[in-house]
Amino acid sequence: MDLSLSDEQQMIVETVRRFVAEEIVPLEASLDPDAGALAPDDFERLVKMTKEMGFYGLDIPEEFGGPGLDTTTRALMAIEMSQHRAGLYNPCYGTFGGAGLAQLYEATEEQKEKYLYPTLRGEKKGCFALTEPSGGSDPARAIQTRGHEDGDQWILNGSKLYISGADKADFALVFARTSDDPGRNGVTAFLVDTDTPGFNVRRVVHTLRSTHYATEISFDEMRVSKDQILGELNRGFAIANDRLSRQRIPYAAGCLGAAIKAQEMAIEWAKSRETFGGALAEKQAVQWMIVDNEIDIRHARYCILEAAQRADKGERFRTEAAMAKLVASEASGRVVDRAMQIHGGLGMTKDLPLERWYRELRIRRVGEGPSEVQRLIMAREILGGSFK
Amino acid sequence: MVGIRMEKPWLDLSAEAIDALPAQLGVYQIADGQDEVVKIGYAGGLEQFGIRTALHRELEAGGTRFRTELTHGYLTRWEELLMVHLHDHGELPAGNSTHNQKLGRLRIDGAGPEQKNEASTKGAN
Ligand SMILES: Cc1cc2nc3c(=O)[nH]c(=O)nc-3n(C[C@H](O)[C@H](O)[C@H](O)COP(=O)(O)OP(=O)(O)OC[C@H]3O[C@@H](n4cnc5c(N)ncnc54)[C@H](O)[C@@H]3O)c2cc1C
Repeated sequence: MDLSLSDEQQMIVETVRRFVAEEIVPLEASLDPDAGALAPDDFERLVKMTKEMGFYGLDIPEEFGGPGLDTTTRALMAIEMSQHRAGLYNPCYGTFGGAGLAQLYEATEEQKEKYLYPTLRGEKKGCFALTEPSGGSDPARAIQTRGHEDGDQWILNGSKLYISGADKADFALVFARTSDDPGRNGVTAFLVDTDTPGFNVRRVVHTLRSTHYATEISFDEMRVSKDQILGELNRGFAIANDRLSRQRIPYAAGCLGAAIKAQEMAIEWAKSRETFGGALAEKQAVQWMIVDNEIDIRHARYCILEAAQRADKGERFRTEAAMAKLVASEASGRVVDRAMQIHGGLGMTKDLPLERWYRELRIRRVGEGPSEVQRLIMAREILGGSFK
Repeated sequence: MVGIRMEKPWLDLSAEAIDALPAQLGVYQIADGQDEVVKIGYAGGLEQFGIRTALHRELEAGGTRFRTELTHGYLTRWEELLMVHLHDHGELPAGNSTHNQKLGRLRIDGAGPEQKNEASTKGAN
């Protein structure tokens, strides 16, 4: 595999790196260490800059007005964009814009007018409501939210857990069981306005993540019309699978960015901090931590770029995307942990971003499908269909 | 599960009461003489002595009663308390009226009053 960057990719990487170093990191110095948003004026100013750079709406497909980046370039950018304190869950504080939920691109034209285009213009926000108290790893079997047909409407009852941003969203993509099939062929996806009577955000769920908290929502006799079904009835899981696999690649790349920055910090500190008459960097135990970090970083980078390159070539990349997500989230957690160890007491404090990355990277091993589920995806492909 | 509302008893806000607190991170509420919440604040990672520094500032600003909750998840908890207040009272406390980030909508236990505070439901993030 060729890991070298094209001239264009090199230029893009350097541009994003400069943006993070010169625009994001200085602002972050005066924000609370757990902050999740910039001051509105700063946000507007930086959005203007990313628009001028031609990078706004990175994940929007070209036919919808996005910059039309390939997956590899997008992954390289994600590695750079997360190299600051809030970078894991708020890369560059959202100043590169969002693309909305992947499934919206499969919507009808009418649904796109109502949800997708306003999202791309920054006027509406959506949330993704799949996980339930009964489980998220295997949602096809776990979903208990039930839809009952009533004339030209569906009535939904049930609840969802750990849903990020439901309290601020304008609409939600809600998955509900709409037939007696106990598996994936009985689930339908609905686009629901969050001001629909019966859509109730019941509580904030406090997690290790200090920004973008999760919520619990309930649907109480919530009526939605049939034209709010996204895709086909009972085929809710068949929507946008390719796009969803593709999204795992920048997700993995975001983990790696934090690890790269943590390693840079660990090296700098190991060279300057002295104990027992010499620099930490002279101690073999510390050298090994730095080397183990490098192995983890290079392993993750390889898996991410392999998945991205296969996706760009139009080859199957489901296993590679799962591997990239698993390796990058786990390896980056280890890198940050070692970097904290090398920093001693300082590594535990909010004076450095390490403790925030440590908490947030822990979530990355569960969010978007736990490591075990990524292994399951890979095992199915490696072993073949009969071992599902 | 964290209790959604802060229901600890109110204490008189004085330098002595503040200095008796641990210098930790957390959230707090300030009340007027009728124990009506007039401000919901937090002591984050930038405060030199955590909640003590934040409350000394409130004392100087004329606060009279207070209660606190120590937590490392201070930003989420702060936002949650603002949302709960909005849910219960239909508007934010006077001391938070300039809040300029979008707040979420909670429906905690049955219907709450209409939310009046425009600034709190519009926003830039
Ligand atoms: C901060 C945060 C934000 C989130 N945001 C959203 C959101 O916006 N929308 C949404 O729908 N969901 C969201 N989630 C939910 C997340 O996707 C689920 O937590 C995740 O899919 C796991 O589901 P679960 O928690 O129900 O764990 P379970 O499904 O109960 O699984 C528990 C554990 O069992 C293990 N396990 C599961 N299956 C297997 C297997 N086959 N073999 C071996 N071990 C296995 C795994 O270690 C797993 O972690 C969020 C979660 C968090 C923490």
